[in-house]
Amino acid sequence: MSGLDALLTPLARLVLALALAPLLLGVVNRTEALVAGRRGKPLLQVYFDVAKLLRKGAVFSTTTTWAFGLGPTLGLAATAAALLLVPQGGLPGPVSFSGDFILLAYLLAAGRLATLLSALDTGSSFEGMGASREAAFAALAEPALFLALAALAAHRGGLSLHAMLAGSAPGDLAALEPAPALAALSLFVVLLAENCRIPVDDPTTHLELTMVHEVMVLDHGGPDLGLIEYAAALKLWLYCALVAGVLLPSLPGGLWPDTLAVLAVILGLGVAVGLVESAMARLRLNRVPQLLTWAAALSALALILKVWEAGS
Amino acid sequence: MHAFVEPLMVLLVLVNLGLLSVRRMAWCIRLAGVQGALLGLAILALAPGAEPEPHVWYLAAAVLAIKALAFPMFLRRTMRTLHLRAWVEPYIGYGLSLLAGLAALLFSLWLGSRLAIPGLHLPPLLFPAAFTAFFGGLTMLVSRKKALTQVVGFLAMENGIFLFGAPTLAWGSTWMELAVLLDVLVAVFVMGIVVHRIDRTFDSIDVGLFCSLRD
Amino acid sequence: MELFLCALVLILAGGSLGLVLRGRTGRLAGPLGILAGSGLGLVAVLRLLARQEYPRLDLAWGLPVGSFSLGFDPLTLLFLLPCFGLGLACPLYGLGALAHEPERKVRSHWFFFSLLVAGLALVAVARDGFCFLLAWEVMSLSPFFLVSFADEKLEVREAAWTYLVASHLGVLALVAMFAWLAGAAGSTHFDALAWAAPQLAHTWPLFLLALAGFGAKAGLAPLHVWLPEAHPAAPSHVSAFMSGALITAGMYGVARILVLLGPGPAWWGGLLLGLGLLSALLGLAQGLAQGQMKRLLAYSSVENAGIVFLGLGAAHLAARGGLAPAALLAAAGALLHVLNHALFKGLLFLGAGAVLHGAGTVEISSLGGLLKRMPRTGALFLAGTAALAALPPFNGFFSELLIYLGLGQAGMGLRSAGSLAAWGGMAGLALAGGLALAALAKAFGLAFLGEPRTPAATRAHDPGRAELAAMLLLALGCAGMGLAAPWLVTVLAPAAAQVAHLPGMAALDAARDAQSLLRTVLVAALPLPVLGLFLWALRRRLLAGRPVGSSPTWDCGYARPAATMQYGPASFADPLASALGPASGIQHDLARPQGLFPRRAWHRVAAPDLVLDAVFRPAFGAALWAAEHLKWLQHGRIPLYVLSILAALVAVLAWVLA
Repeated sequence: MSGLDALLTPLARLVLALALAPLLLGVVNRTEALVAGRRGKPLLQVYFDVAKLLRKGAVFSTTTTWAFGLGPTLGLAATAAALLLVPQGGLPGPVSFSGDFILLAYLLAAGRLATLLSALDTGSSFEGMGASREAAFAALAEPALFLALAALAAHRGGLSLHAMLAGSAPGDLAALEPAPALAALSLFVVLLAENCRIPVDDPTTHLELTMVHEVMVLDHGGPDLGLIEYAAALKLWLYCALVAGVLLPSLPGGLWPDTLAVLAVILGLGVAVGLVESAMARLRLNRVPQLLTWAAALSALALILKVWEAGS
Repeated sequence: MHAFVEPLMVLLVLVNLGLLSVRRMAWCIRLAGVQGALLGLAILALAPGAEPEPHVWYLAAAVLAIKALAFPMFLRRTMRTLHLRAWVEPYIGYGLSLLAGLAALLFSLWLGSRLAIPGLHLPPLLFPAAFTAFFGGLTMLVSRKKALTQVVGFLAMENGIFLFGAPTLAWGSTWMELAVLLDVLVAVFVMGIVVHRIDRTFDSIDVGLFCSLRD
Repeated sequence: MELFLCALVLILAGGSLGLVLRGRTGRLAGPLGILAGSGLGLVAVLRLLARQEYPRLDLAWGLPVGSFSLGFDPLTLLFLLPCFGLGLACPLYGLGALAHEPERKVRSHWFFFSLLVAGLALVAVARDGFCFLLAWEVMSLSPFFLVSFADEKLEVREAAWTYLVASHLGVLALVAMFAWLAGAAGSTHFDALAWAAPQLAHTWPLFLLALAGFGAKAGLAPLHVWLPEAHPAAPSHVSAFMSGALITAGMYGVARILVLLGPGPAWWGGLLLGLGLLSALLGLAQGLAQGQMKRLLAYSSVENAGIVFLGLGAAHLAARGGLAPAALLAAAGALLHVLNHALFKGLLFLGAGAVLHGAGTVEISSLGGLLKRMPRTGALFLAGTAALAALPPFNGFFSELLIYLGLGQAGMGLRSAGSLAAWGGMAGLALAGGLALAALAKAFGLAFLGEPRTPAATRAHDPGRAELAAMLLLALGCAGMGLAAPWLVTVLAPAAAQVAHLPGMAALDAARDAQSLLRTVLVAALPLPVLGLFLWALRRRLLAGRPVGSSPTWDCGYARPAATMQYGPASFADPLASALGPASGIQHDLARPQGLFPRRAWHRVAAPDLVLDAVFRPAFGAALWAAEHLKWLQHGRIPLYVLSILAALVAVLAWVLA
């Protein structure tokens, strides 16, 4: 691959991610519908929704201040900025450096704080409730994310996302390496939690009292809601790309086959999310911390194994 | 076959952590069964040579039959006849139990690095996996209220010891191994009957009630 | 050196003049003297930093022990920055905040404030153990008088006593440590101590004593108990100075001891790392549960002290493992975090002071909707919140990033236990980050957003110009330090190398690498503000000319919502508090409504300090009990007292001469 290609391909894949992220949500929805025996919404429904919302006016609560606008704008900006760091298909992201995963986590945290503040700005108890739950689950998911990435770093010997997600997954499979598998599982749980999916949160519920993420954006409408929906799609894509990176770090197949393989795995993860959502019930809220502890424990186990292996 | 040893050991550790953190009795028993099944597979994977010899197959089959099928079935029947509530009822939280499991793993790894037994070449991770099972079982014994969970804890401990002994088996003496297995089988039956007795005496199998037997 | 001494003289002169003069000049002399002195001191420190000059001064001294030795080195210069920086902001704020207090109180207040600033500066430059302890004592005593400003309130007096007892228990350990070391060295001068320390058979008791003494000052758990008591009781600019600058004295002490004792065994690093992690997590678990803003911020100081110690520990571990770059990253991160913490915690305490002044309370359950009523304070407080939550591109992110990187490299480079400690530190820091975000969302979101919960909050207003200027100064510092982070790493490198005992060349190389890395990080973090602004503009464009309505917040069809029904501090903290279990220390006092016509029902939530209640209160209770039972010794009969003196004298003489 020539120098220009090495620069352009990650950018092209970033653009692809920005364009296809809503489709991923469509795939999740379609999977659920098919499993439930329904026909389901069109695959492109999220595109339609976002386009419609961006064309609308808005109604703001009299309680709100300028902080209400932070959630939609900074939330999307943070997710998009974080997506810049994510390697897709064995290539580093458009920006890559040693320790970029820390920036990724804190960018997402910045988006989260903006969303929390927007929710609290409405003064609604429902939204306060959602914000408190989101803050709690995100805090507990953080160690699982870092431990999973640390295990990958110890496994592949590098502190950048590219180094963690590059290497040879086929080789790992042949050697029956447990660490990447454990880390991938742990990351998948973090994916479910951070993207408000069953078993942590039900994105399709209609009862405010049981919601986590949806209840935080109850008072957003019009372009704001459009930005939020798009940011949610991007975030799901981002996490899927991370998990896909563990499962499929690099292929020697050339530009187009690689890109197609990555897309296939990411959309396949969308199907997996849909299957999990169809097969599982939501956990009781006070059981969610235990799930996240489990995810952290899986990664910790992977990490302990790697450290022990290096020491012996 | 040796390539499968390490993943099997990791799975065993995971099952141990699972045993320490599940809430439902049914799952607890199921996991004990899974641990037995993994043990049977481990015997196959640990066998010397490319292809296990027939008596190794017999032993593995016996382990599978007893530890993976008979024990869980028996424990489930006990649970049904006693009309136990579905929950495990620990003294310490599930999260803390999980941490205790990880601590047991770390301690076992450290122990394994310290305890070099001359003339004994264990496959990697076997020692930690065996001792994690042992300590995990101990943790279950001390941290759970119900007598039935303690039987499961005892089983986990026994599985750990069995695993530790697996590579040192003089592969000819299958009979002895089977005898040990049968001993354990009898022990579990005895414990089952004791659990019944406890239930009839105290109307519960909460071992905390034993302190009422003091003078 | 002359400039620095002039600054000290200015500060002390201002305070003393204020004590003597009357009227308006008396009120102004103190704060203006401190402001001018701190400004001058800041200039002196920056000049020395830029020129990399480290002058020394030894003066004759009338006392039989010790000597009046002052000196600069990279570490000292670094720790002078928060002292003089907050010496600029806090008096400026206090100038406005104390304008309506009685003159007598204000004048003595500024006198003790000047003593505090000068004492803190002297602690950093002292090069003699005795001189150091003297300065330390001045620095430790003056906050007692500052905390007890509102001494008509019982809880303020109690808080001041708690502070005094805690800090003097710490001094006890320090005196023992210096006496031990000086006994071995035959002199109290730092040079002699540094020479003698490596020749001792055991240095670990010295290290543990220093850790206890300095840790108590720095707010290291489990010795942090005075912070959540003293900070809320003190006037806000004093809390800001104590939290941002005073506790750095403890961190400086530990760093200095690491330098003096020479490269210690690796377990020192592990201990520092573990205690730091404990502080960070315990501080947050407890802070999250607090319903009072200043108490919450005090616990956040415990957390940040923990992060600093975690970084120092990681640096020590990495340096002993031969990983110079990792050690430099972690040490530089820890030192940068000291500066950052001074800025954002100073800002937040001043902001809390503005809330206290504007709304009359800092109980979050009585606040709400302040952003509309005090927009400037709100915006500045939000900036401090983002910086404290370590969100890019504010300064807090870069110091934590450096510590993370140091931990990561140590995790990859070290073996077995060291590696696990480093990775564990990283996971703990990540959890701390998530918890901090929740705690800060609570502090800002519930107090400044939503509807006011009480009439007092409805009448809240922004403070005066001096207060706002002080806060703006610190907020600009937070943003500026973020942007200057790549350059700051090289400035901090000498001090970091000193703490971690790294050879100069290795440190320089590592610092250069860190600088180029941080530049990349800065560029990578920029899309967030740029995209954010773009989307903000886009949103305005899209809404322009479209129907934009306004209505009350969606209340699920409920007819009579009230402001008190909003999610409050206790409810917000509940999911995390229940997940963290007893670590949050939340206590519920619940009386459910009973019967068909329930009379009274309540649910009170409190979160007292766990360590204070579990360890210190029982210990002091026992001491009190013992004292009660030894009262028979105090019988009041003079001849018997003299007799006991005589008996003691005879016994000692006999014992010595026998």
